[in-house]
Amino acid sequence: MFELLGIPPQVLMGQLLLGLINGSFYAVLSLGLAVIFGLLNIINFAHGALYMAGAFVAWMLLNYLGIGYWPALILAPLVVGTLGVILERTMLSRLYHLDHLYGLLLTFGLALIIQGLFRNYYGISGLAYQIPDVLSGGQNLGFMFLPNYRAWVVVASIVVCLGTWFMIEKTRLGAYLRAATENPTLVGAFGVNVPLMIMMTYGFGVALAGFAGVLAAPIYSVNPIMGEQLIIVVFAVVVIGGMGSIMGAIITGYVLGIVEGLTRVIYPEGSAVVIFVIMAIVLMIKPEGLFGRPV
Amino acid sequence: MIRKLAISSVALAAMTGAPAMAQDIAVKLGVLNDRSGIYADLSGEGSVVAARMAVEDFKASEKGMKVEIISADHQNKPDIGSNITRQWFDVDGVNAILDVPTSSVALAVADIAAEKNGVLLNSGAGSTSLTREQCRPTTVHWTYDTAALANGTGAAMTKAGGKKWFFLTADYAFGHSLEENTTKVVEANGGEVVGQVNVPFPTQDFSSFLLQAQGSGADVIGLANAGGDTVNAIKQASEFGITQAGQKLAALLMFANDVHALGPQTAQGLSLTEAFYWDQNDDTRAWSKRFMDTHGAMPNMVQAGVYSSTMAYLEAVKELGSAEDGKAVVAKMKEMDITDPLFGKVKIRGDGRALHNMYLFEVKSADESTGEWDLYNQISSITGEEAFLPMLDECDFTKK
Repeated sequence: MFELLGIPPQVLMGQLLLGLINGSFYAVLSLGLAVIFGLLNIINFAHGALYMAGAFVAWMLLNYLGIGYWPALILAPLVVGTLGVILERTMLSRLYHLDHLYGLLLTFGLALIIQGLFRNYYGISGLAYQIPDVLSGGQNLGFMFLPNYRAWVVVASIVVCLGTWFMIEKTRLGAYLRAATENPTLVGAFGVNVPLMIMMTYGFGVALAGFAGVLAAPIYSVNPIMGEQLIIVVFAVVVIGGMGSIMGAIITGYVLGIVEGLTRVIYPEGSAVVIFVIMAIVLMIKPEGLFGRPV
Repeated sequence: MIRKLAISSVALAAMTGAPAMAQDIAVKLGVLNDRSGIYADLSGEGSVVAARMAVEDFKASEKGMKVEIISADHQNKPDIGSNITRQWFDVDGVNAILDVPTSSVALAVADIAAEKNGVLLNSGAGSTSLTREQCRPTTVHWTYDTAALANGTGAAMTKAGGKKWFFLTADYAFGHSLEENTTKVVEANGGEVVGQVNVPFPTQDFSSFLLQAQGSGADVIGLANAGGDTVNAIKQASEFGITQAGQKLAALLMFANDVHALGPQTAQGLSLTEAFYWDQNDDTRAWSKRFMDTHGAMPNMVQAGVYSSTMAYLEAVKELGSAEDGKAVVAKMKEMDITDPLFGKVKIRGDGRALHNMYLFEVKSADESTGEWDLYNQISSITGEEAFLPMLDECDFTKK
């Protein structure tokens, strides 16, 4: 067997797999950001807060209404998506004719408000959310113990990512969406309700964040700052992949998860910054991102 | 301009610092802690509630004392903490600053308190430097420090057969100091450290690091981190079957609110050291019940420490008849033999270190736990002399 930088193959395989799992979260979150940016031209800083809201909604469904993990996987994204639609209708839609920066500032402010509200009601220590019974335990793969839940996270995220990509790139609805961003007036003239489509797109993008939040609830601490810690990395992922590129966001998400995982064995102290180093290098060499179209 | 400002603020401090002519002894306490960040549950508003309860229980107004409490958020940043501290001492006439979690902020505040002859009653910070390298005659370090935690958990687990240790260390000063303290204790008890990894702070996903720890063949995985990092590490260790496979986790700094956040199913069997647990005896239960009624959560040792240190401080002020001379008040506190409802017998040493028992707890299993806050079984206790580091001669301010 091969040995890389003095790391035994078992460890390497384990870390590759773990990287893939982390990459799943990056992929789903950066996908949502890419969809929103690609179709709405909004840099959605509230994404991390809505991811956190997804995890909290799952917790609330369980503790206030007795609704378990599986229904929550559908319901929590719906709740978060609805919240997104309300935000889009009441606030974001007023900013479309202005510079990107206004949308960024508004969503950043919203993120702080949402986080503050949750912190006020639920404190900062976090809440407990158990792994569903069906997925507890794990498989011994020889080189590592793979918890069933993590395997499920990878599968679920790949399905959601590819489904989204297919919908936007290969279906008629997706074609309308893409056309509407190119020339909203013309598409509107053909009888397509453009504002409604944009609203639903934002709702869908943040529902993806809510979905990632539910996936994260059983394995990460459910606390108000869980999104804040992740969102910066996810933005770096989107920048590396290329703003607005759907497939770029997905692939970059998984690849960077793996790169980060490997850094954790080779040079653990650097694992928090490796993604940003890559971002800096990509920006220098290919400013539009690895999969972005030249501006 | 700046010099003028400085002079006028000194003059102002002198004016406000002049002894009050009224019979009432005026005392102003400032609770300085994290009210919005990662340590907000650990200290935050709960510490303010605890300080208010202390003033109430001390019956200050009946004893001719007028005690006022103010509070502020230091956001875990030394510069912000220092600015508030200066403002409080120079302009607002604060006599003592309470709580101050986050060691870097606490150390900055300790210096300013000494300079302004105010008092720092620290409960929230863990650095041993507060009573060693940076000891000051105006500092009292009440609740815990990293050495006591290492002595409690490290010694107990090594003696119980956990000879080989692997550390997951938060990659900043606190994490390294906790690892260093614990390593000494482990080695002194016949154990060895087989490896460690520096984990960036903060980290959500510990699985890579946990697998490295698992592969090391260690008996015990020492978590030299705090707050959300510890919670995530424990949650994921259980998920990856590490605890089930027989490796033990030692949470070197963990508070009741963290255990509550994990839930008994995940945290069960975990060993940890604390100075206080609400369900220890009738006194702690009664007090904690009142705290719960006001605050909505059970108190942890930091909040209990704010209460008890405030009680001791007010007693010393009452005996002196004034809160103006911070150094004198702390010297008085060091003379007293304190019997505290929450911490039992407490003696404040010459260096400001409060000596009291520390307790080793094990988290109850889900079946055993009868309620949301029914968290611990007490395993053993160690005396303050055993738990805390011995005093450095140069820090014994009672001799000077």
